[in-house]
Amino acid sequence: MTEFLQQLINGLALGAIYALIALGYTMVYGVLRFINFAHGDVFMLGAFAGYYLSPVVNKFLPAQSYVGGALVLVLAMAICALLGVVIEFLAYRPLRSRPKLTVLITAIGVSLFIEYTCQHKSVFGAAPHKFPDLIPATTINFNGLVIGVNQIIVLVTTAVLLVALRFIVQKTRMGTAMRAVSFNEPAAALMGVNINSVISFTFGLGSALAGAGGILFAMNYASIDPLMGVQTGLKAFVAAVLGGIGNLPGAALGGLILGLLETFAGGIPGVSNYRDGIAFAILILILLLKPAGLLGKSTVEKV
Amino acid sequence: MKIWPAHFFAAVATSFILTGCNQSSTPGAGGTIKVGEFASLTGKDATFGISSHEGTLMAIEEINADGGVLGKKLELLTEDTQCKAGESATVVNKLISRDNVIAILGEVASSRSLEAAPICQQNKVPMISPSSTNPDVTKTGDYIFRVCFIDPFQGTVMANFASGTLKAKRVAVFTDVKSDYSKGLAKFFKERFKANGGEIVVELDYNGGDKDFKAQLTSIKAANPDGVFVPGYYTEAALICVQAKQLGLNVPLLGGDGWEASTLVEIGGDAVNGNYFSTHYHQSVGTPISKKFNENYAKRWNGKTPDTMAACGYDSALVLADAIKRAGTTDGPKLRDAIAATKTFPAVTGTITINENRDASKSAVILKVEAGKFKYLETIQP
Amino acid sequence: MNSGAKRFLIAAILVAAVVSAFSAQFNRYYLGVVIDIGINVILAVSLNLINGHTGQFSLGHAGFMAVGAYAAAKISIVFSDKIPAQLAPVLFVAALLSGGLLAALSGLAVGVPTLRLRGDYLAIVTLGFGEIIRVVLQNMESVGAASGLKNIPHDTNLFWAWAFAAITVFVVTSIVNSTYGRGFIAVHDDEIAASSIGVNPVRYKVTAFVFGAFFAGIAGGLYAHHKQFLSPTGFDFLKSIDIVMMVILGGMGRTAGVIVAAVLLTLLPEFLRGFAEYRMILYSLLIIVLMILRPQGLFNFKNPWRAKA
Repeated sequence: MTEFLQQLINGLALGAIYALIALGYTMVYGVLRFINFAHGDVFMLGAFAGYYLSPVVNKFLPAQSYVGGALVLVLAMAICALLGVVIEFLAYRPLRSRPKLTVLITAIGVSLFIEYTCQHKSVFGAAPHKFPDLIPATTINFNGLVIGVNQIIVLVTTAVLLVALRFIVQKTRMGTAMRAVSFNEPAAALMGVNINSVISFTFGLGSALAGAGGILFAMNYASIDPLMGVQTGLKAFVAAVLGGIGNLPGAALGGLILGLLETFAGGIPGVSNYRDGIAFAILILILLLKPAGLLGKSTVEKV
Repeated sequence: MKIWPAHFFAAVATSFILTGCNQSSTPGAGGTIKVGEFASLTGKDATFGISSHEGTLMAIEEINADGGVLGKKLELLTEDTQCKAGESATVVNKLISRDNVIAILGEVASSRSLEAAPICQQNKVPMISPSSTNPDVTKTGDYIFRVCFIDPFQGTVMANFASGTLKAKRVAVFTDVKSDYSKGLAKFFKERFKANGGEIVVELDYNGGDKDFKAQLTSIKAANPDGVFVPGYYTEAALICVQAKQLGLNVPLLGGDGWEASTLVEIGGDAVNGNYFSTHYHQSVGTPISKKFNENYAKRWNGKTPDTMAACGYDSALVLADAIKRAGTTDGPKLRDAIAATKTFPAVTGTITINENRDASKSAVILKVEAGKFKYLETIQP
Repeated sequence: MNSGAKRFLIAAILVAAVVSAFSAQFNRYYLGVVIDIGINVILAVSLNLINGHTGQFSLGHAGFMAVGAYAAAKISIVFSDKIPAQLAPVLFVAALLSGGLLAALSGLAVGVPTLRLRGDYLAIVTLGFGEIIRVVLQNMESVGAASGLKNIPHDTNLFWAWAFAAITVFVVTSIVNSTYGRGFIAVHDDEIAASSIGVNPVRYKVTAFVFGAFFAGIAGGLYAHHKQFLSPTGFDFLKSIDIVMMVILGGMGRTAGVIVAAVLLTLLPEFLRGFAEYRMILYSLLIIVLMILRPQGLFNFKNPWRAKA
């Protein structure tokens, strides 16, 4: 029983991270209908931003303090938001009127460019770096169950961000504009919505989420390298699709399910070697039953 | 716009012809001996490939500073395999056919060495792998050598250490299912440990590149072992140590030479203390060369501490240079015979003798991590 | 058109045969790259049938390739010393075809259940199938598992690679340009309109997957007998992405463009070798720039039959 509960905790903590990154994927997809392949790399840049910011912040705030940690998180999110806006402006905007698959290739190009540039020895280098402890690394023991403070923070942050995003999308002016663009771009433009600023904002927001994901991920798994976004980004993408891409609560749900699946599959001897395959197999099963994801609305196409 | 593709085609064709012509070289011309190296300089294993390359390059530079071999300087031509399947074959073909190298050094990963080995064998160009431990690599043919251990030796060493020195009876094995190195070590460890009367309580797997190991470690903890054998690379081993401690799995973790790197301690922090791993050498008992190596390496590469891959990369170049000197020629078959005849050659990772399987036979040492330092425990003869 | 295509096929095979006869004079490196090009052309053109012509976004092509590669390699390894040497080419072709058929079967297995899915959902499911194939291979001891499958006979030469590339191009263009094949484009352009005029989208989608997977399997077999070594990590989703790039860069559904893109994307990294550590940075930059300059695909020109991609 203890083992089962511990795995449940492990799975939820892992799933919360997937969920957090999946939220950013789904945001961008919801508005633009295209997979931002570079999202995982922005996630990695977020972690590295934290790596370089932390010593700077520690100069005027005590090391391993919650205030300092929060400041690093916010700064890294701001940097990633800026990066997201720049990437969109340079690589995606010129192709906005083109089929989405065309943009997919530039997105892959951007992703490869970031990865190879960061692997270069004069940037970050290929070797893993130790991510500094932003907050004291404590764990809570409860009847043999172990949960890290970091893990609780991830769960809470994901929940808070999910609510905040719901609020932005549903209640604010910008959110209304985002939904309008998502629903019908030309019509939204005719209604006076500034498409460019809405899309820039969406990218900024999505990338800030990726940055937050990077920092929280690195707090839990203190080894960061330029390719850390590849596998995690793929998993988060799978989570977003699982929940119904474009749907915020769906991304969170998809992330948690994927985390739990991977954890329970990973803990069984003789099954753990098929862990990645099992996650995909169950994903396929779910999609075969619900072709638009768990919470996605399946639309009937009309002529 | 219609003219554009034609221009483009012309440009592509011209550049193809140009690259084809101006770089084709003749062997022996220019007064250097060309040595080819293929390494994973970008991609997921880049950190190992770069280490190995830095070791190899430093050895070549030192040999040249001492006047080179046969009165000529060595010229190292390095190609990146990008950690991609298929690339090794392409680049080794390029090094041999276009650049006319006299020998090939590389790779870290056995899967990429296995891809290159048939090409070297067919062209009768000797190949020395610095750190591919899969026994099959050198079985490809009589031109393929290596300067590192093979999986059976190291797996057996750690099994004997676990049952002998640690007196462990119940051990869990935690393998990287993507890595043949890890699977090889695990296989031979299990065989020997069971033969020693021990019990493997649970076997679990991870995928190289994973960051979360809590699922498997929770299961391992539930099986209540005396120790856990984690053959794999330091990139994952460090995080495994940290997460094992977090989950309260307080038994020693055992590893192989893939653990040896300063990064292990940097990332793992206190959590790696009290764990053991086997490797090639330790400063305190090494050859005179190995004592100098760490110092020179730090000087050459901005204060970096060498890992095993760097040391093996260095040795692969030393063994090659020594063989060229003894052969007195760079002719393929003669050079091959000279490499095969390498006996008690003092290198960084120990005293290397190439055995009849073209593998390096050398002793292993077992180190313990204590207070963030690697402490020498014992030496095990092959 | 059809006789023109036949003439092209015969001409291409003849050229391949003639060039191949002199292949001993070529530098092995260039020869290897030219064979790589042939294999990539097969992969790109076959994926183009699924992605470009039929509009089904598949990210699992590397998986089909892996099935064909491992099946063909295993057959060659098991039977190569049991048959007389003069039958070796027969065995090789038989191995390739069996690999192709097995891949086609897996294409059927992927195609049928995923018919309900569209767009990104289909992409994820095909990606998932590809990854499952890789994970299964990684655990299959009979094909070497993580250590890979070695000692594959070196049977692929320039002739086989280019002959099969020509056959692939011929078959795919013939299918698409036939009366029957117009249905692929109808499904691509508008599924509902297509079914309302009596084109059965289900049958077309499955056909595209089966044919696409068959040729991917052939390409895999050629690859196996070219590199002489297979490891499961070579068939991960990044390999699928590579092939997708060729299709999109070439202009979805434009066979000629896709061929050129396959050639270009195989040669580009080789040309950039001189840039050493900056090579892949330049490569990715070039992809972005090419895409922005030629978003409709590199060699996408007016096609009398299709006004819009």
